[in-house]
Amino acid sequence: MRRTATLLLAALVALGACSRDRQQPAGQGETNRRASTLTIKGSDTLVMLAQRLAEAFMHKNPGLTVQVTGGGSGTGIAALINGTTEIATASRPMKESEKAQVQARRERPAVEHAVALDGIAIYVHESNPVPHLTLDQIKRIYEGRIKDWSEVGGPAGRITLYSRENNSGTYAYFKEEVMDDEDFDPRAQTLPGTSAVVNAIAKDPRGIGFGGIAFGSGIRTVPVKKDEQAEAVAPSLETVTNGTYPISRKLFMYTAGEPTGIVAQFLEFALSPEGQALAEKAGYYPLRPTAP
Amino acid sequence: METGRAPVARTEATPAALSSSDARLRRRKAVDKAARWVIAAIASTAIAAVALIFVFLLREALPIFTSSTVHEEVTLGKMLFAQEWRTGEPPYHAWQPVSKVPKYSLLPLLVGTFKVAIIALLFAVPVSVLGAVFTSELAPRRVREFIKPAVELLAGIPSVVLGFFVLMVLATQVQDIFGFQYRLNAIVAGIGLGLTIIPVIFTLSEDALTAVPPSYREAAFALGASRTRTAWSVILPAASPGIFAAIVLGFGRAMGETMIVLMASGNAAILSWDPTLPVRTVPATIAAEMGEVVVGGPHWTVLFVLGVLLLGLTIAFNGLSGWYVRRLRAKLGGSA
Repeated sequence: MRRTATLLLAALVALGACSRDRQQPAGQGETNRRASTLTIKGSDTLVMLAQRLAEAFMHKNPGLTVQVTGGGSGTGIAALINGTTEIATASRPMKESEKAQVQARRERPAVEHAVALDGIAIYVHESNPVPHLTLDQIKRIYEGRIKDWSEVGGPAGRITLYSRENNSGTYAYFKEEVMDDEDFDPRAQTLPGTSAVVNAIAKDPRGIGFGGIAFGSGIRTVPVKKDEQAEAVAPSLETVTNGTYPISRKLFMYTAGEPTGIVAQFLEFALSPEGQALAEKAGYYPLRPTAP
Repeated sequence: METGRAPVARTEATPAALSSSDARLRRRKAVDKAARWVIAAIASTAIAAVALIFVFLLREALPIFTSSTVHEEVTLGKMLFAQEWRTGEPPYHAWQPVSKVPKYSLLPLLVGTFKVAIIALLFAVPVSVLGAVFTSELAPRRVREFIKPAVELLAGIPSVVLGFFVLMVLATQVQDIFGFQYRLNAIVAGIGLGLTIIPVIFTLSEDALTAVPPSYREAAFALGASRTRTAWSVILPAASPGIFAAIVLGFGRAMGETMIVLMASGNAAILSWDPTLPVRTVPATIAAEMGEVVVGGPHWTVLFVLGVLLLGLTIAFNGLSGWYVRRLRAKLGGSA
């Protein structure tokens, strides 16, 4: 059995080596690709939305094929750099270093297209009566400087921190916007997805977590105050699109160079009222200017 | 192939026939040699695969020594020793690879890996070794024929399913009983891991116990020892190097196991031996972070360094275990 596993691994390594070799010339060879196929790769947050957009797009434009794969924002951007995808989806803005790599490898600048809005909700256990939290309190909780629920208006009890894996767009966004790029308390447990966080908090009365605005049983989303004086705002369609909810983010699609042909067609569709309605159906929020 | 010429071989030994049989012999030797080469080549595929994997890992990990872009973020020294990450604070170890100042300290991950593996052993060793003693020495044949395949069946449970069970059911039970602050912690993950290494330790221990020559048993019975006494005081000590090898192998397996710890350990890189805290292990780190890193970047390189380290440790433990098995064989061969 061990030997079979080793052989399998060897096969995987060989495959990996092959795909690497193929990636090198892809930057130049992509013009040869059929103009009727479009590949989208990237953020797991955006897979659902991209998939729905792709289905509707293919339905409207028979003969065109759109392939959607996930893997994460970083994976999608890496694929854009290597030229193996036309559109990279990302739940965080591209880093400067990544933009430079796109410019270097593809000889065109990375172009950003915001396609939808997403709010990050703060969850606690349903039995936790804490009325609201300020951004600063959330930050200090995740830094490990506030350790007990009684310090923020809750019942006495040590706070258990739930975070996301450090490769997720949600993690990067939270770290940047809420944490001011400070480090998380090492005791923060990292879980692999919003549903894992929701599930963990539903089982932990002292837990706190963050993730996409989701509805699960056993948890409560806590209204957030921008600062001590501001009003507490609960995340909803209205508060995210009008910008009053303090923790909301844009979701992006990136292309190398200004989009042309099928890529431009697809992006146009994503931003059309029909595409934005699909974004809403997938659990996100339409961008303000194009909101119906 | 040779059948067509077979009748020739039966003709009388004229000089011509002799020389033709000579040629045949040479041909046959050549075929033999070729076949041996082919078989050897096939047999060494597995070894070649391991070697290739190692080469591949090393190639990706090497920039830790050579690349200046990697050195801007991390060096091997920074991974090994506590750093003064915040000015004015004493140096400490931290694993925060996505950060303004990326922190890649190895120690929290290594401590986590060993912590979980040791807990897994504490749980699995008594169960599997005592189980093996019972099955091989005390149980009636019928029971033995049931227990052995049943335990081996445990090895067939996909680790992701075990992880799922630990995450959803066991973690809550354990927290309810012991009242831990953290539902997912090293103890819970260690128990899950223990379940995966029980079949390994059980099977190998059982083999080691069965391999003890019957003369030992007969001698003990002749001296009037009971079955239990024989098993405990004669067979178990005689088989102990083999059992030790099984435990070492199980330890190696526990260190490398990924899915269960990824799901049930809480994955927090805390530098502490406290078993009630969440824990982040080396394999879980690789699995969780590999999918998103910039290809060829510092983080990528560091993950491959972790891979080399893990493979090295596992090979070392497997080698240690193999060496002990050989020692056991030599010992029993010499005294039997």
